[in-house]
Amino acid sequence: MSEALVLGGAEESPLRDLASYRAVGGYAQLLKARAMPPQEVIALLIESNLRGRGGAFFPTGRKASFIPSPEKVAKPIYITVNADESEPGTFKDREIMLRVPHRLVEGCLIAAHAIQSDFVFIYIRGEYSTEYDVLQSAVDEASAAGLLGDVTILVHRGAGAYICGEETALLSSLEGERGQPRSKPPFPAIEGLYAAPTLINNVETITTIPVVLEVGPAEYAKIGAPPDSTGTRLFCLSGNVARPGVYELPHGLTTRHLIEEIGGGVPDGRSLKAVMMGGSSFPVMTPDDLDTKLDANSLGQKGYFIGSGVVCVLDDRTCMVQFALRVGQFYMHESCGKCTPCRVGTRWLVQMLRAVENGTASESDFDLALDVCDRIIGKCLCVLGDSDAMIVASCVTKFRDEFRAHLEHGGCPFGHDSSLDGLFAPSDQHAAHREVVA
Amino acid sequence: MSLTDEIQKVAKRYPESKSAILPALRLAQDEYGWLSREAIEEVGEALDLTPAYCMSVASFYDLFNFEPIGRHTIEVCTNVCCGLVNAQAVLESFERELDIAPGETTADGEITLRAVECLGGCSTPTIVAIDQRYRQSVTPEDVPAILEELRNV
Repeated sequence: MSEALVLGGAEESPLRDLASYRAVGGYAQLLKARAMPPQEVIALLIESNLRGRGGAFFPTGRKASFIPSPEKVAKPIYITVNADESEPGTFKDREIMLRVPHRLVEGCLIAAHAIQSDFVFIYIRGEYSTEYDVLQSAVDEASAAGLLGDVTILVHRGAGAYICGEETALLSSLEGERGQPRSKPPFPAIEGLYAAPTLINNVETITTIPVVLEVGPAEYAKIGAPPDSTGTRLFCLSGNVARPGVYELPHGLTTRHLIEEIGGGVPDGRSLKAVMMGGSSFPVMTPDDLDTKLDANSLGQKGYFIGSGVVCVLDDRTCMVQFALRVGQFYMHESCGKCTPCRVGTRWLVQMLRAVENGTASESDFDLALDVCDRIIGKCLCVLGDSDAMIVASCVTKFRDEFRAHLEHGGCPFGHDSSLDGLFAPSDQHAAHREVVA
Repeated sequence: MSLTDEIQKVAKRYPESKSAILPALRLAQDEYGWLSREAIEEVGEALDLTPAYCMSVASFYDLFNFEPIGRHTIEVCTNVCCGLVNAQAVLESFERELDIAPGETTADGEITLRAVECLGGCSTPTIVAIDQRYRQSVTPEDVPAILEELRNV
């Protein structure tokens, strides 16, 4: 783990308290940053070409540069750190909060200096209880040590809604409303929280900022797969793999290397069937593309996305219809209901996938499903529906023979042998529960 | 400190008090175990919001309960990453041992069982949140001991 930068120093044991973080040079970069003019810090971020680790891969320095300077606006300037990690297969931000919480705090304070903000919100998903405790204690410790200066850091707990990881939904939720997305423009950099300029960054992105300052932007920009995919990445390896875990690696290693060399390959003598790549919001990868490098451009050329660094391995016991159905049920459950194509489309896809799984669909339903996907993508305020459409469409397209086999077989050809057989979705539980209480 | 005082203290930390609705609802739920109509009204009163507004917000989120639940909650992740390595067997083991379906509470009011979406612990499946604290790498064989432990708490 010599590549560890974001998790640097925490390879063996977590750096939860201030003393242990200071022992590895913690908060030195904050002092360095505060000695620079704010614009210079943004310039360093631009030079490093650090990009957003939440999924959209937007250049971090450029995003910060969109924030107007305080003298040009009559409102406060806010930072909102997105710690609402809920994308299926993503568990890296949790690892950061548990292992290097002070590096996240240091990143917040450097970002606050860069855009001249004195109020930072960290929106942490409601289910993360231990993570909240650890992070809050780091904030308290930093505050007691006088490191916060004029800056307030408020750790705000969500209450269970995947959509609140979408930046404008997060703002709605933080303002005390239902967590529903808003139309853009205006973009949050101009009109965000309380209609004031707001910088929104993912936990990993913010935590990488002290690293960029420490190694220097020019050196950082040489790590990984420059010029676009610089630096390291916390890959979330899970599923049917011998050694699942969070692995911090430079961008640009192959998918095969991560799965086989680092992850120990597919266990139990099974073979790899597909990879949920980038997260549940993107097309699934087929084995013929395993040599694709894990950087945005290499993946993009093959129609994949790096997303939030998810690499979830599916072995040959996986029924891809069940997989698409379970992912579809997730999106149906999490759709906020604001935009019709998403609200209706996610439900329709679940119904169709269930009919395929039961063997009661017809061949024409495959094209109908793809048509529904097409009518969701790009037609809503946010990409929740698009995410569902992208992964479902990739399953229908790439595994059409397996889908067809369900119809020929009059049901799932795996019988009860699929690894996902009988997987219960919370959306079903709600329906079942309504029957119980009625 | 009364619930109202606690909520108003938290609200002062935010630039606008309405932002404190999620922490306020959480405080109310911690106090009463679930959000009754009265609890919702109390939150509304403390934040100067109508009960209808508070309910519309609360109902958007999965972590709030609108009916009494068990003294303990068991939430099993059943998204695909845990599912690939047999989360369903873990859930079924809880169902069998407790003799209830997901979404239900045992007759003695002790335990509520739920299936939940990805909890973000995919490298140590199956993840089970017991009273909101994660247990990692739970197998069906672990279930009886977990229940024994809960019944003694």
